[in-house]
Amino acid sequence: MTAATELRLLKDIDEPGLDTIEVYERRGGYSALRTALTELDPDEVLEQIQAGDVRGRGGAGFAMGKKASFIPKGDMDKYLVCNADESEPGAFKDRVLMQKNPHLLIEGCIIAARAIEANHGFIYIRGEYELQADVVERAVRAAYERGYLGADILDSGFDFELVVHRGAGAYICGEEMALLDSLDGKRGNPRLKPPFPANAGLYQGPTLLNNVETLCNVPIIIELGPEEYVKVGSEQSKGTKVVSVSGNVQRPGNYEVPLGVTCREIIYGLAGGPPEGREVKCFFPGGSSAPVLTGDEGLDLTYDFETMAQAGSMLGSGSVIVVDDSQPLVPLALRLADFYRHESCGKCVPCREGTNWTVKMLERVDSGEATPMDFELLAQVQSNILGNCLCVLGDSMAMPIGSMLEKFRAEFEQHAEEARARNEAAVVEQAAPELAAAPLIGPA
Amino acid sequence: MADGSRSNGSTRRDLPLVADRMVGLDRQIASGHPAVAAGWDMPVDLDKDPAVIPQLADVEVPEDVKREIEWRMSLYPDPRSAVLPALKAAQRVHGWLSTDAMRQVAAVMKVTPAYLSSIASFYDMLHEDPVGRHYVYVCTSVSCHLVNAKAVYDAIAAAAKKARLEGWDIREFECLGACDMQPMASIDGRYVGPLDPSDAPEIVAAIKEGRTPLPGRGLEDEDYMPAGAGDPPPHEETQ
Repeated sequence: MTAATELRLLKDIDEPGLDTIEVYERRGGYSALRTALTELDPDEVLEQIQAGDVRGRGGAGFAMGKKASFIPKGDMDKYLVCNADESEPGAFKDRVLMQKNPHLLIEGCIIAARAIEANHGFIYIRGEYELQADVVERAVRAAYERGYLGADILDSGFDFELVVHRGAGAYICGEEMALLDSLDGKRGNPRLKPPFPANAGLYQGPTLLNNVETLCNVPIIIELGPEEYVKVGSEQSKGTKVVSVSGNVQRPGNYEVPLGVTCREIIYGLAGGPPEGREVKCFFPGGSSAPVLTGDEGLDLTYDFETMAQAGSMLGSGSVIVVDDSQPLVPLALRLADFYRHESCGKCVPCREGTNWTVKMLERVDSGEATPMDFELLAQVQSNILGNCLCVLGDSMAMPIGSMLEKFRAEFEQHAEEARARNEAAVVEQAAPELAAAPLIGPA
Repeated sequence: MADGSRSNGSTRRDLPLVADRMVGLDRQIASGHPAVAAGWDMPVDLDKDPAVIPQLADVEVPEDVKREIEWRMSLYPDPRSAVLPALKAAQRVHGWLSTDAMRQVAAVMKVTPAYLSSIASFYDMLHEDPVGRHYVYVCTSVSCHLVNAKAVYDAIAAAAKKARLEGWDIREFECLGACDMQPMASIDGRYVGPLDPSDAPEIVAAIKEGRTPLPGRGLEDEDYMPAGAGDPPPHEETQ
């Protein structure tokens, strides 16, 4: 391990039994909650979260404290929703946090709810995470028994109910508006924004919606104090980030790094780099929906929200997928587009049709039936999806496919040309085997 | 087709029905397949009463399903939020969301079956058609694709076919959120990995004999070795 840094979220993560309340308390758990409920009033909690300056870890990178401050004050039904519908290809940080340290998440939920004075909370866990949902449900029950959840928590007069809600396998439900609709008991279709969830979210009440990792940071801010918390990280991205590295690396896994280390350090230092004798061809810095960066341009950039945005990509959920130089990009792009085609909810035309036609065109590229015009068309379809839908699912396909096409256009064309030549040879072979021995037709 | 000639079913038809043109569907109808409701290709009767909410007294609901749904409904400020857990509870008992299962949930939740159908058709984990009671989902999404997951899937599917495994739903699946165990599969919710095509016969044999497949390599296993601690994942040329 090269990045010698204190772990915050993944501290004690391998401690056996950390998912039980006894071990968690022994490790200092729920002391931040005690501070937040007994020593601070809700406004002070909110101030501390704002001073901690933690940016949303789910993908958009919006400052959590700011989002929480948009929630109107006053006596009304407000809700806190934790987005644990982690379904993005390449992302698996929330899974580890929920499975190994569910109480940190619960503590974060209670403190965040206290800051906005919400009395109802929901953790929306994706349906495939059965083991993790069981663990979190068990932890919630234990927290109720200890009096950390329910009525009058720690004699502070604050009531909070937390419900674990399981999804049923729809990627789109990770989008905030779709998640709220799904939690409302409807189909998970994204709604038009505004109104934003802070004004009209769940059951049309003000709702604070945050990712698992974001909420897990909340007890740490309270525990360390915001001044201490912001010491780690880069100028505009504070704190540490759990990075999930996967793809062609020797040691795939979750690594916690301070924001602002270089990508090389993450990919080569922590994850061991691509297999022996291979180079990084390109990588997705923020899950499968981030535009790819080539090895040359991306490896020496620092890994934080602003640098990634400047480089034309994004930090997203912090999932690095590494592609080495032995991998053909067309099948990868096809696999990626096929995922978004399948998961598009079908509400907005550019996304529904755009993902579908992108898959069809990539299939043509793969099978050698593409014409030179198809590449232009493919790029055009991507730019027509961008920003034209209610949510960013279509954009999530358009950005990586568009960037691959832009940066590796020659490879796409070569792939199509080679497949075409193969098809042609097969036809000749079948029609006139004597000609196939001496190829007269083929790429010049 | 709305001329009524369809109502006495045995008369010769001049025009082919939609069903005749859909491969396999006519066979399903002939076999009395429950997924195809009778009269699905008939014109809509506009004078009919609107869909009604089935009465709890008219529908026999298993006691435990009813209790679970009611408990779930009590957890939310709006009971309708419980539709996903409610449908899942019914699916666990019936194996899939048959018309009967839908009616039971509708009666308990006091919504129309059509509303439930609109939900069930949206989510991948709710099945409106019969499926295997057990499943093997092999992740072939981006990260796993890069480490040759397709070969793992093909090997498992071939081994299952060879062993004539029945009642199991084996398919390629989107990212299951365990890229650190790439390539991996979810066997009835138990995550196993990293896999190699050579693991396929062992997985199928274990399933067939009712054993836990690949002990020690499941995510929740005590002695599960986190990725990176052992050998690097197998890497193969894909060209």
